[in-house]
Amino acid sequence: MLEALLVMALGSVILGGALGYASVKFRVEGDPLVEKIDAILPQTQCGQCGFPGCKPYAEAIARGEADINCCPPGGEDGIHKLADLLGREFKPLSGEHGIEKPKSIAVIDEQTCIGCTLCIQACPVDAIVGAAKQMHTVIASQCTGCELCLAPCPVNCIAMVPIPETIDNWKWKYPVFDVRKAA
Amino acid sequence: MRQLFSFTGGVKPASHKIESNRGVVIVAPLPNVLVVPLRQNAGLPSRPLVQAGDKVLKGQTIAGPGGSISVAIHAPTSGTVRGIETHAIPHPSGLLAPCVVIEADGEDRWIDRKPIDPYALPADELRARLRDAGVVGLGGAAFPSFVKTQHGPTQRIDTLIVNGAECEPFITCDDLLMRTQAGQILEGAAVLAHIAGAQRVVVGIEDNKPEAVAAMTAAAGKRSGLPVEVIAVPTRYPAGGEKQLIRVLTGIEVPFGKLPPDYGVQCFNVATAYATARALLHGEPMISRLVTVTGNVERPGNFEVRIGMPIADLVALAGPKADTDRNLMGGPMMGFALPTLDAPVVKATNCILAASKALFPPPGPEMPCIRCGACARACPMDLQPFEMYWFSRAKILGKAQEYHLFDCIECGCCAYVCPSRIPLVDYYRFAKSEIRAREKEKDAADVARLRYEFRLEREERDKQEKAAKLAAKAAETKARLAEAGDADDKKAMIAAAVARTQEQKAEENPSAE
Amino acid sequence: MASYLFIILGAVLVNNVVFVRVLGLCPFMGVSKKLETATGMGAATTFVLTMACGTSYVIDSWLLVPNHLEYLRTLSFIVTIAAIVQLTELVIQKTSPVLHQVLGIYLPLITTNCAVLGVPLINVGLKHDMIESMLFGFGSAVGFTLALVLFAGIRERLEGADVPVHFRGTAIAMVTTAIMSLAFMGFAGLDKFK
Repeated sequence: MLEALLVMALGSVILGGALGYASVKFRVEGDPLVEKIDAILPQTQCGQCGFPGCKPYAEAIARGEADINCCPPGGEDGIHKLADLLGREFKPLSGEHGIEKPKSIAVIDEQTCIGCTLCIQACPVDAIVGAAKQMHTVIASQCTGCELCLAPCPVNCIAMVPIPETIDNWKWKYPVFDVRKAA
Repeated sequence: MRQLFSFTGGVKPASHKIESNRGVVIVAPLPNVLVVPLRQNAGLPSRPLVQAGDKVLKGQTIAGPGGSISVAIHAPTSGTVRGIETHAIPHPSGLLAPCVVIEADGEDRWIDRKPIDPYALPADELRARLRDAGVVGLGGAAFPSFVKTQHGPTQRIDTLIVNGAECEPFITCDDLLMRTQAGQILEGAAVLAHIAGAQRVVVGIEDNKPEAVAAMTAAAGKRSGLPVEVIAVPTRYPAGGEKQLIRVLTGIEVPFGKLPPDYGVQCFNVATAYATARALLHGEPMISRLVTVTGNVERPGNFEVRIGMPIADLVALAGPKADTDRNLMGGPMMGFALPTLDAPVVKATNCILAASKALFPPPGPEMPCIRCGACARACPMDLQPFEMYWFSRAKILGKAQEYHLFDCIECGCCAYVCPSRIPLVDYYRFAKSEIRAREKEKDAADVARLRYEFRLEREERDKQEKAAKLAAKAAETKARLAEAGDADDKKAMIAAAVARTQEQKAEENPSAE
Repeated sequence: MASYLFIILGAVLVNNVVFVRVLGLCPFMGVSKKLETATGMGAATTFVLTMACGTSYVIDSWLLVPNHLEYLRTLSFIVTIAAIVQLTELVIQKTSPVLHQVLGIYLPLITTNCAVLGVPLINVGLKHDMIESMLFGFGSAVGFTLALVLFAGIRERLEGADVPVHFRGTAIAMVTTAIMSLAFMGFAGLDKFK
């Protein structure tokens, strides 16, 4: 009995020592996972996930503090990709962070705008141009549709307008004729 | 005699050429209103140069190139611009797009046409002229032709292939063009060869068009200088595909991710060569083209049609039969159903095919894939259609792309042979446009990330600059205080500062005094 | 020499660790969703299992048997294997970041792979010597990799298949495994390699 204890203790001490030494000697810095997660996120920087931007959310996912279904702009598609990357099960978008909406952009009603610059300060991607007491406008091609400019506007002159379907963004439809729906 | 090669796969559908290729080219009457879409070429749409109320002459530039892969657009006749309106265009979506609408004055008066001697001008100048004359590939893709005559430093073009194969059933506009304008086609091909720096011209024509082969051979015999070969290639769809024709004529198989100029060849359609000749040798920009109207009509034939003529008017000329249920633009293999006949004829319109239930019986219901492999044997691009179908259907797009989805030319051979009647090409089109949309989204996200990071950096920098400024000021005040020494001086300084601010205020509001 | 070949072939095909011995099923079901990850997991397992068989043999015949401590076999094997896995991960991470990128996340998973404990125990039962032990371990691991890669290929297809709702996911994967297992039964005819 004593022998057994001794052998196991000895083994544990030797192996433990080796492991401890190796973990000090072979320490590696950096975490490439965050970058990979960040690349999947839609970069709207909208904060709907409860984190101040996409990168902090990516860091939280990597640390295991946040779930993968908190990003409404990324949609189901984004959750599928995250689940694939992290080897987790897919789960539907959690309702508490908002719902997936059709992609929209902000449009400023230029008649109502008073030129307060509050929306310019709120825009995470600098997609609003204008100056104090001058009319502001949104650069449509840069707007990510994060809605962060809606709340600060004192005169409610910003509206989210869904992007219309044009020849440029038109897509071929999925060809399956759903028999169950037709019946 | 040149040794001919072969491409794998392909199908032999009933050609149905005989209906429309008899007789002559009919010049379609000038419509009262012409609708010229600003988006007619692959690449970027053109930029309009006219406004409502402008008088334009036939051949006058009404829109300039909108980017590096874009060409000019011209008024098809003389008249008045009614405006730039959103109008139906021939597109499978049926969506509206901006078009220049011109009310014809009936005089059909040309601008001052300036023919040039292309052999006296440098290639770059000729390319610019091709672009400004609006010449695009008329085989169906409408890719700007001037771009195709360029080649990179590692590329060369020594063989110019003129594509007269016209493999798609029902369509005969290239056939008629070759019979009637063989000399002009070869003139144009010679000019294109000159621009591209090619040493020889090879014309490939499917052997089901003996009259066209004879006409082109005769025209080639009359020419001197640049060697021109006219070759009859075996009739097998899609022999007129660019990569397929190159393979049949030269044996070169252009691999994935490479372009024909990487292997010393370039391919132009016969109609493109003809348009080039009209543009450079006669000074006439691209304002009309031959269009086959066939299928379920009383008088099928080929019409010379101005760009912008409503398709409904064109079909009316051929006498549509009552049981026509839809009209295709293009042939039965690669064409698409026009959502509306309001749309005008554009540069890419080679055929209007009226379809009926009798002519094209509706296919039976789609059945499950039985993995027979018939599609893979029929694929002229040596792809595995059943794999691409499997993953496209399941929306596993990455995998579909791994099977070289983007090499698919959407020729429709696989769907043609499929015993389960699966609309394979529809699945590929869906997957392709979905992948493209996602890539666009990804690019937009990358731009947003960069802009956000830059903003954070700027905010941080501003904060630091502000802090540095404050610190400098504090240090300055401190130093001055230290210099001043005792409290009296401090008081004096404060008094001085107060006086200074008052002075400043007075300066700012002189009216207040 | 031929006997070594028989050991390897027998371990790969006839007594395939997944389909015949039914060991290592958790990574088999868990890491077979994608071909790339399956290949990575297979490579990592091959490395660890070969090492584990060698080390276990040393511990067993030099430490446990001379001291009549055979009853500590399972315990000491587990501890040793866990340590080897951890050590390997740390060393690879430092010395070869590329290899770590490939094997990285699978190495810790191997600690809980019952095949890695089972094969050394079978080794003891078959009274293999040092070289035979390592070859047997290597062969078993190749068999595991073969099963994993084949199955991952099938599962990638299953993803796109019209599976009845109640069979989707693990259920259809289990059915598939059973069919593959039946197929591997055919190798039992290679009597010589048993």
